[in-house]
Amino acid sequence: MQKILTWVDERFPLTATYKAHLAEYFAPKNFNFWYYFGSLALLVLVIQIVSGIFLTMNYKPDANLAFASVEYIMRDVPYGWLIRYVHSTGASAFFVVVYLHMFRGLLYGSYRKPRELIWVFGVLIYLVLMGEAFFGYLLPWGQMSFWGAQVIVNLFAAVPIIGEDLSIWIRGDYVISDATLNRFFAFHVIALPLVLIGLIAAHLVALHEVGSNNPDGIDIKKHKDPVTHRPLDGIPFHPYYTVKDILGVVVFLIVFSAIVFFAPEMGGYFLEYNNFIPADPLKTPEHIAPVWYFTPYYAILRAIPPVLGSQFPGVAAMGVAVLIFLALPWLDRSPVRSIRYRGPKFKIALTLFVISFIWLGVLGVLPSTPARTVIAQVLTVVYFAFFFLMPWYTKNDTTKPVPERVTDK
Amino acid sequence: MKKLLFLLLAWPLAATAASTALKLDRAPVNIHDQESLQRGAAVFVNYCLSCHSAGYMRYSRLTDIGLTEAQIKDNLLYAADKPGELMTVAMRTKEAKEWFGAAPPDLTVITRSRGADWVYTYLRGFYRDDSRPTGWNNTVFDKVGMPHALQDLQGHMMPVMHETVGEDGKPHQAIERLVLDKPGRLTPAEYDALVADLVNYLAWMGEPAKAERMNTGVGVILFLSLFFIVAFYLKKEFWKDVH
Repeated sequence: MQKILTWVDERFPLTATYKAHLAEYFAPKNFNFWYYFGSLALLVLVIQIVSGIFLTMNYKPDANLAFASVEYIMRDVPYGWLIRYVHSTGASAFFVVVYLHMFRGLLYGSYRKPRELIWVFGVLIYLVLMGEAFFGYLLPWGQMSFWGAQVIVNLFAAVPIIGEDLSIWIRGDYVISDATLNRFFAFHVIALPLVLIGLIAAHLVALHEVGSNNPDGIDIKKHKDPVTHRPLDGIPFHPYYTVKDILGVVVFLIVFSAIVFFAPEMGGYFLEYNNFIPADPLKTPEHIAPVWYFTPYYAILRAIPPVLGSQFPGVAAMGVAVLIFLALPWLDRSPVRSIRYRGPKFKIALTLFVISFIWLGVLGVLPSTPARTVIAQVLTVVYFAFFFLMPWYTKNDTTKPVPERVTDK
Repeated sequence: MKKLLFLLLAWPLAATAASTALKLDRAPVNIHDQESLQRGAAVFVNYCLSCHSAGYMRYSRLTDIGLTEAQIKDNLLYAADKPGELMTVAMRTKEAKEWFGAAPPDLTVITRSRGADWVYTYLRGFYRDDSRPTGWNNTVFDKVGMPHALQDLQGHMMPVMHETVGEDGKPHQAIERLVLDKPGRLTPAEYDALVADLVNYLAWMGEPAKAERMNTGVGVILFLSLFFIVAFYLKKEFWKDVH
């Protein structure tokens, strides 16, 4: 056995890689609840890829066959219903996990120097994930698939001058059609997954280069054992965090299975009722709402009034609302990383931001009324204020002294 | 402070739950009641399947609700030759559009888009309306194109109107209830039971794997719960020496 290992190691850094990323990757020992979601995101990725492969074996990306092929999977393919529900629930689970993972970064300042690139790769992963979800949502070819895609692609038509041509270029047709379905299928099953996996690799390589942050937001490499040179507050990722993450995985799978087996539609939020009606280009549904994970941005889009009859400002605001996350490492001027040692100003700002995000999400599901539009406008201002005012409220905050070593609670 | 935060977070969720538009009767769906499903299947094949298809559903799947292949062949195969075929119909979309104004929708997953309660209320909501080309209208689907396919069973219902004040503050005529004008072959109670069976069947047909899904789910969650105990003590054992 040892001989084989030596033979491999002389040709490929197997043992060295194992040590660098698992057995001798030292992670802070004080990870809490919020630190489960990174490994869970990786788990959901694997779930989506595996279930996706099996769906692809039976799905037909053809406007005349797509809807029926999904029902064929649900009825005639052995355990097809399971594969399909795992994939549809996995899409929503991905966003739940990623949103919580991002919130962890906000809580403990995980985006701060020297982890800016980890954060930037992470935001790009989030962007690609949104594209992946959007392209995938067209594939069942139900009413919501069709009209949701119609609304989103029409957003590009709002871009001045080139908009109209741009939207036709994206669709490959003047309306959402078979051509659109075919190319969205290609993006969903090959183009974006490749980009996604590349970005996730970069995210992890960058993380392992600088080391993980922790709930105290302090650098564990400052205090090392004089003999072994291991961080005193660090523990090897394997076996400590592998066994801990297994616990997280089991709890996650219990919740995930409860949804897959007992509430796969999740009250119309994971699988929308209107999507059980085949796509009909001649019949616009009364109320078109995107799937829940896009609704905060949809609410921002609707909150911005058109300027000179152009929807472009709303579209631009929606784009900025997502891309602004990229600037976060440079907007935060606080001397401390973690919320534990930050002052009241940051805590209030973060609370308002979370509330605005959730409320915008709720408003994005509902049909708009004049009163709701006003609420959405206020929330949009709160959403952007969190970012644009950050340099000031983080700099002038009353922070607490940061401990030298990590604390337990 | 925590309570206030919770309220701030929960308020919009409560606001979404409050808005329901139409009052629907609750469909007594029980997909484990095989006799009801079999009766419903018979009504479906006899009354619905002449115009509506169930194009994703195979006749042979009816073995799941306790019918034998021979029973399916002898009693239910009017529009197909083999039990392995899909429940399609001969009526062409173009003709249907000319007759009813719209092609009759496929019913395979109708309860998944409309909900069983809506279908149950709809099938009991037809009433005479001479202003409509078919002579029929519906309480939950105004100006419906479909005539009352079950009229010989239910008979003719007439609306009793009453005056209400609408959202715009003006008085409106609204239907208070329906009364039996010309009896059909069934009593109202028998008719309700028949529609209940039919809707039960439609709900089952929307997702034939549902019973299997729930059963599998119980096993999966039990397994994961046991696995949780193992994982919990494994973690505890390893983390003993982390201080």
